[in-house]
Order: sequence, then C-alpha cells, then structure tokens
Amino acid sequence: MAGLTDLTAEQAIAALRAREISSVDLTEAHLARAEADDWHAFLAVDRDGALARAREIDAMPERPPLAGVPIGIKDALSTRDLVTTSGSKILEGFRPVYTATCVDRLERAGAVVIGKTNMDEFAMGSSTENSAYGPTLNPWDRTRVPGGSSGGSAACVAARQVPWSLGSDTGGSIRQPAALCGIVGVKPTYGAISRYGLIAFASSLDQVGPFARTVRDASLLLGHMVGRDPMDATSLDWPDPIAVPDAERLDGVRVGVVEELMGEGVDPGVRDAVEAALRTVEDLGGTLVPVHLPHSRYALSTYYLIAPAEASANLARFDGIRYGHRTDHAENLLETYENTRAEGFGPEVKRRIMLGTFALSSGYYDAYYGQAQRVRTLISRDFEEVFSQVDVVASPTSPTVAFPLGARTADPLAMYLSDICTIPVSLAGLPSASIPCGVSDGMPVGLQLAGPALSENRLLATAHALETALAFDTRPPGLA
Amino acid sequence: MSDARWEAVIGIEIHAQLLTRTKMFCGCALSFGDDPNVHTCPVCLAHPGALPVTNREAVRLAIVAGHALGCEIAERSVFSRKNYFYPDLPKAYQISQYDEPVCLGGTFRYLTEDGERTVGITRAHLEEDAAKLIHTGGDGRRAGAESSVVDFNRGGTPLLEIVTEPDLRSGAEAAAFLKQLRQTLVQLGVTDGNMEQGSMRADANISVRPAGREAFGTKTELKNMNSFTFLERGITAEIARQIAVLEDGGTITQETLHYEPTPGEITSLRSKEEAHDYRYFPEPDLVPVVPDRAWVEEIRASLPELPIDRRERWMRDLGLTFEDAEVLSETAELAGYFEAVAAVAPPKSAANWVRGELRAQLRERGEEPWESEVTPAALGEIIAMAEAREISMPNAKAVLAEVVATGAAPREVVEAKGLGAISDETELIAIVDRLLAENAAQAQQLRDGRDKVVGFFVGQAMRATQGRADPARVGELVRERALGG
Ligand SMILES: [Zn+2]
Repeated sequence: MAGLTDLTAEQAIAALRAREISSVDLTEAHLARAEADDWHAFLAVDRDGALARAREIDAMPERPPLAGVPIGIKDALSTRDLVTTSGSKILEGFRPVYTATCVDRLERAGAVVIGKTNMDEFAMGSSTENSAYGPTLNPWDRTRVPGGSSGGSAACVAARQVPWSLGSDTGGSIRQPAALCGIVGVKPTYGAISRYGLIAFASSLDQVGPFARTVRDASLLLGHMVGRDPMDATSLDWPDPIAVPDAERLDGVRVGVVEELMGEGVDPGVRDAVEAALRTVEDLGGTLVPVHLPHSRYALSTYYLIAPAEASANLARFDGIRYGHRTDHAENLLETYENTRAEGFGPEVKRRIMLGTFALSSGYYDAYYGQAQRVRTLISRDFEEVFSQVDVVASPTSPTVAFPLGARTADPLAMYLSDICTIPVSLAGLPSASIPCGVSDGMPVGLQLAGPALSENRLLATAHALETALAFDTRPPGLA
Repeated sequence: MSDARWEAVIGIEIHAQLLTRTKMFCGCALSFGDDPNVHTCPVCLAHPGALPVTNREAVRLAIVAGHALGCEIAERSVFSRKNYFYPDLPKAYQISQYDEPVCLGGTFRYLTEDGERTVGITRAHLEEDAAKLIHTGGDGRRAGAESSVVDFNRGGTPLLEIVTEPDLRSGAEAAAFLKQLRQTLVQLGVTDGNMEQGSMRADANISVRPAGREAFGTKTELKNMNSFTFLERGITAEIARQIAVLEDGGTITQETLHYEPTPGEITSLRSKEEAHDYRYFPEPDLVPVVPDRAWVEEIRASLPELPIDRRERWMRDLGLTFEDAEVLSETAELAGYFEAVAAVAPPKSAANWVRGELRAQLRERGEEPWESEVTPAALGEIIAMAEAREISMPNAKAVLAEVVATGAAPREVVEAKGLGAISDETELIAIVDRLLAENAAQAQQLRDGRDKVVGFFVGQAMRATQGRADPARVGELVRERALGG
C-alpha cells in the first residue's frame, strides 16, 4: 500500500470499511509522524488515547461514518482530560473537564483524535510565531511560517501527520494557513458549527472549520459538525446536509472577481497564479464577473477594533483564580490579577487586550467599537449586493506566499496585512474556502472562494470542480 | 420627613432572584444552603470555551413581572457585557441588559390608607447574579479577613433588576411601595422575595432639594438594606444626614453608601471618582431576546388578578376595610382561602373569622388556613350557623376548635356535643326566672337601675346552658322578667 499516511480520509475510510486496513495501523502510522514532528505542528500527542479509541472502533461490528480515521485538533478546542492551552502559557498544563461540541460530534462519528496542534496564542496572529510554545515550521520550507493562527493544524495535514484536522478562523486563521501550506481550508458560515468549547478570541467572528488535502475530505468533515447545538445560542439549524461534491463542471456558475483584492498589495506571483486559476473557471463553463466591495478597504481597521474589543472581555476570565497559571508574586488581589496576566500572556495578546479595552472605554465606544459595527454592516451589504450578481466571489487567500520566520514579528501592522483578503469575508460571516491553486517562488498559493450565508454546498462544489481541474499536488517537495 | 423646608427624592433599584429551576445561562439548579460549589458547570465557572444560553423561563418571568408593572415588553432586548474584575465574577464580566432592557416604562400602583399611589417604573432588565464570597478570619467582612473563598452555587442565578423613577418622598413611602411590589412579585411566582436570604435586595438613590424646587440635588446610592425596616430606617437616616450637611452649608458628594443596620450607621463604599468604567458592549455569545408577540399576550392573558386589584375589589364590592384587605391579601393562598369562605358566608364575617378566630386557633398549631383541616366550606358553615343564631358565638368557636383538631363536619360536632342553641323560649324563660329567684340581691340591684348586673345573669345563664343560649336574647329576657316589662 502506498503509505497509510498518503491516503486521503475518504480513501482511508473506504479501506477501513473494506477491512483492508485497521484503525490501529492507520493511527499508529500517523502517530509515528506526529511524534517525529519535524515542524512542531503538535503541542501534544495523545498516543494512548488515540490507540485505545482506534482499537474500540476496530472492534465495532459496523464502523461509524468516520471509521477510525485520525484527526488533529487545534489547541483552541477544549478536549476533556487532554491538555488544552490555546497556545498560551496562561493555560500551561490545563486539562479541561469537557469536550467541545464539534470535537465530540466527530469522535462520536468515529474520528480518532491523535493530538492538539500548535497555534498563535489565543488565535492572535498569522504565522503561529505567537505560540508560547515556539513556532510551527512550514512543511514546504522549514525556514518559513505555516501561516496562522491555525498553523499547526495546516502543517500537520500538509506534512501527512493526519489526513485532516480542525482549525478555527476569526479573520483568516483557517484559510490563510491552508493557502500557505498548500492544502484546503474551509471556514463555514458563522453559526454553522457550534463554538461551545472553542476558546474564544472574538466571539462574533470565531468559527471552527476543517483542513484537508481535498475539498471532498473537508466537506465530509464539515458535514459531521454543522447544525444547532443547544449549548451555543449563535449556532444555526442547518438547512440541507453538506454534500460531498463530485461535479467537475462549472456550467452556469458566475464567479465574481473582487477587484479590490487583486491589485495593490498582492504579490505578482500570487496574482499570476490566481488569475491562471480563474481562467480555469471559464474552461469549466463558468463565467467571470468583475465585482466590487467598496468598503473592503476599511475591513482591516474595522476588524482590529471589533476583534480586540471582544477579546479584551473574552480573555478577562484568565485571572489566576480558578484554573491556569497563577502568579507566585502577589500580596493582594490586584497583584494576583496583574502579575498572573503579565506573566501568562504574550506581547501580541497584551497588545490586543489594550486595543480592545481602549476601544470600549467610556467616551470612545461610539467612535471606535460603535463605528466599527456600523462599517461591518456596510461590508455585509457590499457582499449582499455582489451576491445579487454572482454565485461565489474569488480572490487570493493571502497577498503573499509563506514568508520567512521572523520576517514580520517586529512589525505588527505588516503581520495584520496578511489577512487583508480574508477579513472582509469574516466580518460578513460568510462561508469561504481556500484551495491551493498554484506555486509562486516555490511556495503554494491559495485561491479564496466565498459565497452567501449557508451556501456551503455550492461553494464546495465550485471549489471541488476547480481543484479537480487544477490538479495541484499537495505533497510538499522533498517530504519524507 | 420631619423638615418641611426640604423634600427628599428617592428612587429604588430592586434585584429579585427569579424562581426558575435553573440558572440564567446554564443548566445548573438554583439552590440555597447546599454545600459550596456543587451547582456548577463549565459555563457558570467560566471555563475556557464555555458559552451562555438564555434561560427561557427567566425571560417568561421577566415578562410576567413586566405586565404586573405596567411595562411595555420590548420587541427586542439585548444582553451586554459589564466588565470588571472580581473573584465572585468568574468571566470578569456580568451578562446584563444595558441599553435595551426587556421591560420599559411602567407604573406600579400600590395602596395606602389614603388611597392608591403610583411609582413610575423606568425599566426592568435581566441579568445574572454574582457568586458568593466567604471571608474567613476577622469579622466576616472583606477588610481584615485572613482569606476569602468563593461559592459559585449562587453565581449565574437569574435576576430581574427593577428601576423606579425618583417618585418616592420618604423612607416610609419607599417601604410601603417595596412591600407591595414584593407581594406582587411573590404572588405571581416571579421570586420568593426572601430578603433575609438575599433573594430580593433593594438599593435606594437618595437626594434632597429645597421644598418647591424642580431641580434634583446630588444623589447618593444606599446599599445593603435587607428588610423593609432597614430600608425605611436607612433612607430616613440618609435623608437626615443630607439635610444636616446642606444646612451646615456643605455639599453632597455623589457616592455609594453602605447602611449598617445594627448601629444604624452609613459608611462610604466608593465615590464617583472611583466609579468603574464597565465598558459595556453587546454580548456576542447571545442572540437578542425577541419574544414571540403571541407568547407575550398569552402570558398577559394568563396573569392572575394582581394583589392591588383584588384588594380594591374587596373594599369596593365586599365592603372590607383597608386593613382587612391588606391582611387577607398577604399571600395568594390566604387570599384564595378567604375568597372561598366569602363565597359561602357574608364577606365581612368571613374576613373577621379568617383574620381573627381561625388564625388565632391555627397559630398555636403552626398551621396556615389553607393547609388546615378547616375547609372554606366548613368555616362558612360555622359562620352561617352563628349568624343564624343556631349556635352561640362561644359555641361557634368551640365548634371551630373541634374542626381544627379533627376535621369533623361542623354540624356533626354541634349534634354530637349538643351545642345547638336553645330555640325554645319557654325553656330560657324558666332558666331566667329561676336565676332571678336564686339571686335575689342581684335581682334587686337590677330593679334599682343598675343595668350592669344584667351581665351577671347572662353569665349565669350561659353556664347553666353550657353556652347554648343566645347571650343577647338572655339579656333581654332578664330585663323583661326582672323589671316586669
Ligand atoms: Zn452552571
């Protein structure tokens, strides 16, 4: 067999169902790669738990839908008894008492969690360099970042440590690392997947989503997570089951090309690859329509008011009183708070807490948070307008390919610009996918597709047809 | 208020714990007095990733209260985060409604002996209660404690905060208002209203101004008044303090004050300068509360009669006094009991019996009328027999005592014990004549014009008949027979 770790999840499930392979063997093969971990994709590998679960599934007379295929879980997702840090020192060694709804649903469906993946601390970052536990390296080039914040979840799929994984996306944290690591990443409609158990960064933007090496795998995983959860008031009743797409044509599909996201600030090599991929749309029978998102140029500043504001409150619970890190240097309550948080949080987290606290302060609320919410509405309207003309919109996922480690750590603004293409979609709460569409400078380029709310099936069908035609090789060069 | 040159202006903020089964945003049971931290979960302990979900029953109770307060029920209300760090607040923000509350602009009517009064209701909103801090060492207060621990059982309990307009003018008025507000909320099942256990708490905003002036003075907020008495005393003391300061030429500082009931002292908690910036913003983890209008109307339609409406009806239609109505409407159960008795007996007599003899007899047994052996029908029968003079008043009470003890049917008690009134006039006349003959000295006094002696003969007659005589009729007969009328 051509290597258990080269199988897509779909192929693995077929082989498991046919009893050609066992979940234990499949899990063992992936565990071995996850433990070797040349890219620091994992923060924790749960060998015993994973193998125990694999054995259980192998013993079942009938395999559950996901059949015992291993998965990596972003460390932002709460997993019972399995250390969950959200990439932060303030949660070092923290073992949750409950499992996130989405993970629970996958485990019930037969997924085998093999470990927790690295991430920017509390999902704040675009390179995974903000992890308190050191950066993850890009499997295509170990001197470069994998993107972020779900860098570990992207790298582990690209590096064949798992066939698929879960990430979370607030302003691009699934799509951008998927693009930078040459794999598929899907951020569903806001509310599609329960956030219960997702350690919050910015509640009104956070969404869980899958990483995989094929759109079909991503769709399959997504299908087992969507739907209303009584534990998350913002979760949605899901209208139609997520279909695993198989159409290879795009006849009649209108693809809007977002002019504002194709010009200035986008590397020429990225633009070339995206434009080439868009020509494929026409080859497949679809039409290209230039469209405009006039308010998208305010998206970044809007995002950097709303997300930090929500984060400033979301992260206030880390106070050293009930769990997580508590300072040894405090004489009183105030010092307990101050020193616990000073010691526990990294610089980017502190920066955003300060930004958010300021944006919500009395006298500034209207000018900052209030104004940002109004602009957010305008951005949503831009999309509504565009979707009266087209079925999906397309743009680069990231304006650049993966950049070298350290290149942007000294310049937060340059780092923030990494998400310039993904943030407008996040603010509008729309479903979006990134698929690899070409190579520039030896590194993969991602194509971002987005559709109207709840249009996952059409979005994924479009992504699948393009993916098939583009026939991108997701295997990083020289991967052992 | 004693001083006619000053007018006090008082508004009240009431926090009432709602009588839901579970907490405001999680499935943990509400409790009181259980072991610490047994009613907790990832949500109310603010574990990473846990999310709140609005308790629909809490929304329903808020709507019930809103209707009772004459409020408009908002089409859409929104939860916000109120941010501050404290160990009793695990998320470091309280989820509370801020600029879009569930109930808006109402009027609460309450009764005084001088008639109906009203207090404007600014708003009522839903929020969650904080956990309970327990300070060990020292005197139980935070200052001087050796350590503090947190009991999260209370954390997340649903609260309805009701804010009144500054329509009250004295501590007594505030207490009367709060008493009837509490009664209304309790009878509607909104809260248990237990002030000692803190399930209902009141803060007062107090200012004074020269009589006749429109503009408000600087206000202070007085906290920690856990009984009507303390509320009245605390407000009265604070009004007096403010007047004294102003008369001394001083100014009032806007601050939060703590009323310590035992010495009756008022101490400052924090001034405006130390006030928090709570950085309110809409809670992104929750969707707005948009109650279905049909549901809102259904709740309104199923509302029972409000205590004040019942009291006014009793006074108007049943001829009850203000005090009768006040006492009998104390609880929904008592009111219901009284109405059942009044349905089968003259209402005024029913009121007297329920308030008086029945409660007096039951008090010794520690029973309430509606839990006792005395059904409204039985009491009604006793009253009817007494009113028809089929039994004397003393025997009516004796019959009641028997019913209280055994639950026997009143008429059977009368028969079995031979307590029926003597209806044969000749029998009574014979007794009176015999008594007049046997007590010649007293009979002479009577003839000499000392009418008080009638009482002596009535007493003798009652004893002779074992209470079966009608005392009033006996008195008449004594006069007739002695004076030869
Ligand atoms: Zn709870």
